[in-house]
Amino acid sequence: MSHSSVDHHRLRLVVRYTLLSLIALMFIFPLIFMLVSSLKPDHQLLADTASLRAFLPVGEISLANYYGAFERAPIVLFMMNSLLVTAVTVVLSLFCCSMAGFSFVYLNWRGKSVAFSIILATLIVPFETIAIPMLLMVSKLPWIGFDGLTWGWLNTYRVQVIPFIADGLTIFLFTQYFKDLPRELIEAARVEGSSWWQVYWRIVMPLSGPVIATAAILKFLVMYNQYLWPIMVTQQEQYRPVLVGLQYFFQLNTAWGEVMAYLTLITLPVLAFYLVLQRAFIASIASTGVKG
Amino acid sequence: MKTKIMKNVLLASTIPLLSMGSINGFAATELSLWYHGAGNPVEAKIIDQIVADFNASQSNWKVALQSFPQESYNDSVIAAALAGNLPDILDVDGPVMPNWAWAGYLQPLNINSAAIEDFLPGTKGYWDGQLYSLGLWDAAVAMITRKSTLMEANIRIPTLAQPWTLTEFNAALATLKQTGKYDYPFDPGLAWKGEWFPYAFSPFLQSFGGDIIDRESYQTAEGVLNGDEAIAFGEWWQMLFQKGYSPGNSQDSADRETGLVEGKYAIQWNGNWTALNMLKAFGDDVLFLPAPDFGHGPKIGAASWQFGVSASTSYPQGAADFIQFATQDRYMTAFSDAIGLIPPTKTAAAASEHYRQGAPMATFFELSAQQAVLRPVTPGYVVAAKVFEKALADIADGADVVDTLDNAADEINQDIRRNLGYGH
Repeated sequence: MSHSSVDHHRLRLVVRYTLLSLIALMFIFPLIFMLVSSLKPDHQLLADTASLRAFLPVGEISLANYYGAFERAPIVLFMMNSLLVTAVTVVLSLFCCSMAGFSFVYLNWRGKSVAFSIILATLIVPFETIAIPMLLMVSKLPWIGFDGLTWGWLNTYRVQVIPFIADGLTIFLFTQYFKDLPRELIEAARVEGSSWWQVYWRIVMPLSGPVIATAAILKFLVMYNQYLWPIMVTQQEQYRPVLVGLQYFFQLNTAWGEVMAYLTLITLPVLAFYLVLQRAFIASIASTGVKG
Repeated sequence: MKTKIMKNVLLASTIPLLSMGSINGFAATELSLWYHGAGNPVEAKIIDQIVADFNASQSNWKVALQSFPQESYNDSVIAAALAGNLPDILDVDGPVMPNWAWAGYLQPLNINSAAIEDFLPGTKGYWDGQLYSLGLWDAAVAMITRKSTLMEANIRIPTLAQPWTLTEFNAALATLKQTGKYDYPFDPGLAWKGEWFPYAFSPFLQSFGGDIIDRESYQTAEGVLNGDEAIAFGEWWQMLFQKGYSPGNSQDSADRETGLVEGKYAIQWNGNWTALNMLKAFGDDVLFLPAPDFGHGPKIGAASWQFGVSASTSYPQGAADFIQFATQDRYMTAFSDAIGLIPPTKTAAAASEHYRQGAPMATFFELSAQQAVLRPVTPGYVVAAKVFEKALADIADGADVVDTLDNAADEINQDIRRNLGYGH
C-alpha cells in the first residue's frame, strides 16, 4: 500500500469518526443538559441556557432540586406504579404475542391469513382514535377479585395493563422472527414426539433471545411513557404513573431545576433496562438487516 | 324460666343490632372533591386545612380530597364525565365553566346570592342566569416595570384614574426603544401559550372596541373579531413585533421568566402571581400599572379557578355547604398570603398581607374591581379561545391582519353552528 493511500485511509477514518462523534454528542447533549441542570438553582439554570455553561456542572451545584422534587410529588410511588405496570405488561405481552406469532407461523388453522392481516392493520390505527371507546368499555367491565364481583376497572392497575398486553407490532416482530428459524429443528422435534407446547417453550423461545429483547425494549418504552391513558383512567393518586407525575411540576412559576431532577430520576430505569438488553437488541437489529 | 332466657337472648341480640343501626344512622356521607393543585405544596396545605376544618365542623358530610396536576386536570374531568365517574365537588377554570355546565358536568350551585354580593365579579361563575361556581381568589394582570425606568426616560407614570392612552403608550415604547438599553421595551409574553393569549390579550382587543365574540347574542364573531376596531387592534398588535418593540412567538420561556429582572425588557405584561418575585427583585422601585386605555377604557381579564357541584352528585346541598364553608375570609386570606392571589372580598383583602390598603400589591385588587372583564361567558369559549390564540400568533408572525381575523371569525361561527348555538 502506498504512503499516500495510507494517509488517505487515515483521513477517511478521522472524518468518519469525527462525524460519528458529533452525531453521538447530539444525542447525549440533552441527557447531559438534564443531569447538569438538575443540580443548578433556577436562576442559574435559566441564565446558563444561552451558553455552553448549560452543559457544565459549574456555579452553585447542589442536590436541592432533588429534595424539592421529592417534597412536591410522591416520586417513589409513581416510579413503583410505572415499573409494576410496565413489568407486568412486558412479561404478559412477550408471552401472549410470541404464542400468537408461533401460531401464525407453525400452526394451520382456518382464517389465519385474514386474522394476521387484521392484526397488521391495527398498526395504522392511532391510539387516540380508540381511547374514548376503550374508556367507555373499561368503565363498565366486570371483575372478580377479593371483593367479589365489581363493575368498572377505573382506578386500578389492571386497567393500565390488560388493554396493552397484545399489540400488532409485537405479534408482527415475533411472527417475522419465527419465520426465519430453521424449519428442520421444529420438524425434527415433532417427529420425535414433542407437543406444540414443547416445541414453543423448549425450542423456539430459547432461540428467540434477540427478538424477545427487542420486543421487551419497545414495549417497555411504550408502557413507561404512558400518559394519555392514565390521565383518563386513574383519578386516584395511588395509581398514577411517572409521566402524569411530571405534570405536578408545571405550575405558574415552574421550578425548572426540580423538573430536571424528576426527569433524571425517571430516566434511570429506562437507561438501566436498555443497558441490560442492549447486546440482544443490537443483535436483533443487525440480524434483521443481514436477512433483509 | 324458658321465657326469661328467650327474653335475655333477644335483648342481647338486639343491642348490637340497635347500635349498628345507630352507627349507620349517624355516619357522615362521603363527598369526593377534585382539585387542580397537585404538586403545589403551599396550596395543598391550605386546601387540606379547609377540608379538615369542614369535616370537623359538622357530622353530616365528610369531604375526601383528590388532587390532580393542573396541566392534565381538564382532560381527567372530561374523561371521568364520559365514564360517568365525576366526583361530588370539583374545581373549574372560570372561562371553562359555561362549557362544563352546558355539557351537563355541573349543576347550579345553591348558595344565596346575598352571601356573595361583595365578591369580585371575576370570582362568581354565572351561566344562563344561574350561579354554577364560586372562587376563593381572582387573578389580575398589570404592566410591571420600574419607577426608575420610566423616570429616566421621562415617561409619565399612569394611574388607575389616568391610564396611558394608545398614543402615550406607543410613544413610551418608541422612547424606551430609542434608549438602546433594552432588547425589547415591552414583553407581552408570547412564550406562554394556551389560555394566556385570550386571558392576557383579548382585553387589549376589547379596549380597542372589538371582542372575541358578539356578547349580545353569543351567536357570531362577525363584526366584533373582524370589525374596524378589531382590525385596528390587529394592526397595532403586528406593529409591536414589526418595529421590534416586543419579542415574538419564538420568545424563549427563560427570557419570559427572567427578562424583566435582567433588564432585557423595560415593561412586562404579567400577572399578580409574579408580583412577589418582582417585589423581591426591585423592592420599592417596582410599579404595577393599569392597562392602557386604547379607546374603550382600560381592560384586564378576570376569573380564575372556582368550585362547582357536579351534575351527577346525589348530595348537592352537602357540596354547596362545603363550598360556602371554604369561602370564608380566613381561607381566602390564607391563599392570598401564601401564593399572592387576589382575595375576592374587601374584608379578606383588608386582612391580607399583600392586598391591605397601602400594601404593595393592593393595586391588583383595584385593577380587578375596576377594569376586569370576563372572557366570553359561553360554552363555545373553549374553541373560540384556541382560534383567537392562533390568529394572534399568526398576526405576530406577519400574517395579513384582515384575512386572519376574517378567517378566525368564520371558524368561530362554524363551531357555533355545529353546536346549534351552544344553548344561548
